[in-house]
Amino acid sequence: MENVQEVVRLKEVARNTRKLILESLAEAGSGHPGGSLSAVELLVALYFHVMRHDPKDPSWPERDRFFLSKGHAAPLLYAILAQAGYFPVEELMTLRKLGSRLQGHPHMGVPGVEAPAGSEGIGLSLGVGVSLAAKLDRRTSRTYVLMGDGEQQEGQVWEAAMSASKYRLDNLTAIIDRNGIQQDGLTEQIMPLEPLAAKWRAFNWNVIEVDGYDFSQLLDGFDLAANTRNRPTVVVAHTVKGKGISFMEWSPHYHGTPPSKDNLSDVLSELK
Amino acid sequence: MKPERLAAMRDAYGEALVELGATNSRVVVLGADTTGSLKSGVFASKYPERFFNVGIAEQNLVSVAAGFALAGKVAFAGTYAIFVPGKCVDQVRNNIAYPGLDVKLVCSHGGISVGPDGASHQQVEDIAIMRSIPKMRVVVPADAVSTKAIVKAAAAIPGPFYIRLARPSTAVVHEAGFEYRQGQAAVVKDGGDVAIIACGIMVPEALKAAESLDAKGVSAAVVDMHTVKPIDSKTVVAFAKKCGRIVTAEEHNVVGGMGSAVAEVLGEVMPVPMRRVGVMDTFGESGEAGELLRKYGLTSSHIEEAAASLVSSPN
Repeated sequence: MENVQEVVRLKEVARNTRKLILESLAEAGSGHPGGSLSAVELLVALYFHVMRHDPKDPSWPERDRFFLSKGHAAPLLYAILAQAGYFPVEELMTLRKLGSRLQGHPHMGVPGVEAPAGSEGIGLSLGVGVSLAAKLDRRTSRTYVLMGDGEQQEGQVWEAAMSASKYRLDNLTAIIDRNGIQQDGLTEQIMPLEPLAAKWRAFNWNVIEVDGYDFSQLLDGFDLAANTRNRPTVVVAHTVKGKGISFMEWSPHYHGTPPSKDNLSDVLSELK
Repeated sequence: MKPERLAAMRDAYGEALVELGATNSRVVVLGADTTGSLKSGVFASKYPERFFNVGIAEQNLVSVAAGFALAGKVAFAGTYAIFVPGKCVDQVRNNIAYPGLDVKLVCSHGGISVGPDGASHQQVEDIAIMRSIPKMRVVVPADAVSTKAIVKAAAAIPGPFYIRLARPSTAVVHEAGFEYRQGQAAVVKDGGDVAIIACGIMVPEALKAAESLDAKGVSAAVVDMHTVKPIDSKTVVAFAKKCGRIVTAEEHNVVGGMGSAVAEVLGEVMPVPMRRVGVMDTFGESGEAGELLRKYGLTSSHIEEAAASLVSSPN
């Protein structure tokens, strides 16, 4: 169990992250709030507590590496990287604009972004390659890959899952943002995923299920993953699409519809 | 005519990998259940810790290779040509080309000389697919000698490559000292009436055609356009000026391949009459390599015919 002050600190970063996501999306006029808001605590835990990284030296070889496989959550990743100090927070308001570094989906031109993303289902394979290279070089750095739940419908996810267990990649942790909603509707109606945890167990992964908004569970989960030998770990984080904004929660519509600039202050007033 | 010496590009690939393994500790090799066939298995027995077989999972192959490159490795990944551009355009585009990573995709069994396996295994669209992707370099070696030089050179040039090899042992056209210069075609034979620009196993066919044309009083040049992208426009234009007639020859669909790339240069810079020898926008079938090359119009006599028709037609 982590100490109370640390959780209070992380919650404050999470609240500010949601604010930055909504502000940058409203300014951009397009983009994906639902799957950005659902995964906030997952990235806050990683970047502000778990991972070894240095915003002053983004290519530090010994760093832990994070890959956003669900690339449409770019506003979340950018808000996290800016707060961590990779680039100025003000730059978030250039999201999706011509000439901005902050492209609609992540790319290599942004300090702290490890790889381009946007096409679903391919990020875990990148994580496998990076983790294999770390073992080859006898580096202790760890690899984290955040996937969406709808993304589990892509076949390549399972190719990557097989290869990670073949090579016993205990330096690799996958995280699934299990919010239950994809662009067209509920995952269990579009293409059922359950039993999802059992599928990953069957692929010889260590599976940890957590409440995606409980920092104690998240930090314990990542700690357990780091201390598990000979197997990769997947953290299935139970989350809520659009978390924090009442009319966005559980709404497939807000997968890809930004908040309006006109009522942004009302929207932001919902954040606790 | 000198007797033909045959050699397999795949053997040359395996030899190049082993030599690279000794000199460059950043080199890793990945395969997808075809590593015996591609001869990358030779590297595996020498450097097992740097060799990874991901099984029959080509998309994972490409993306895992990208992961290695992100971590500072030079990743050679390959399988049969039919599986990599066809199944993995997204991974090649978004994981390798967009970030410009140091991944060298080396694929064997390009073209219809794959033979009896039939159309499902005969890749005649890969040059078109790969050259339409920004930052991707596309190289089609003419023989085993140049394959070895090209693979070794590619390891030292940062960024993505697609290198396409043939399945059968093929005639050697280059001397042992062949040096690969990126973006610079190899003039194999000079000539003044018609220039044959070829790549891959069509280079030795082009040479045979040129020798036969010479005997009939038509002076034919042969250019090995091993690098389809970036294409050597200077050499294309120089031979268009000099000969006024161009024939292209490739073991690939005439739509979008090397002939198209040459036509793009000529059309903008120096339009001259040209003919494209290649697969005429059709699928192949089962048969021995030689039978298929004859049936689908990919032999020296087809090249000679195309050149002769250009020379005899009024400009």
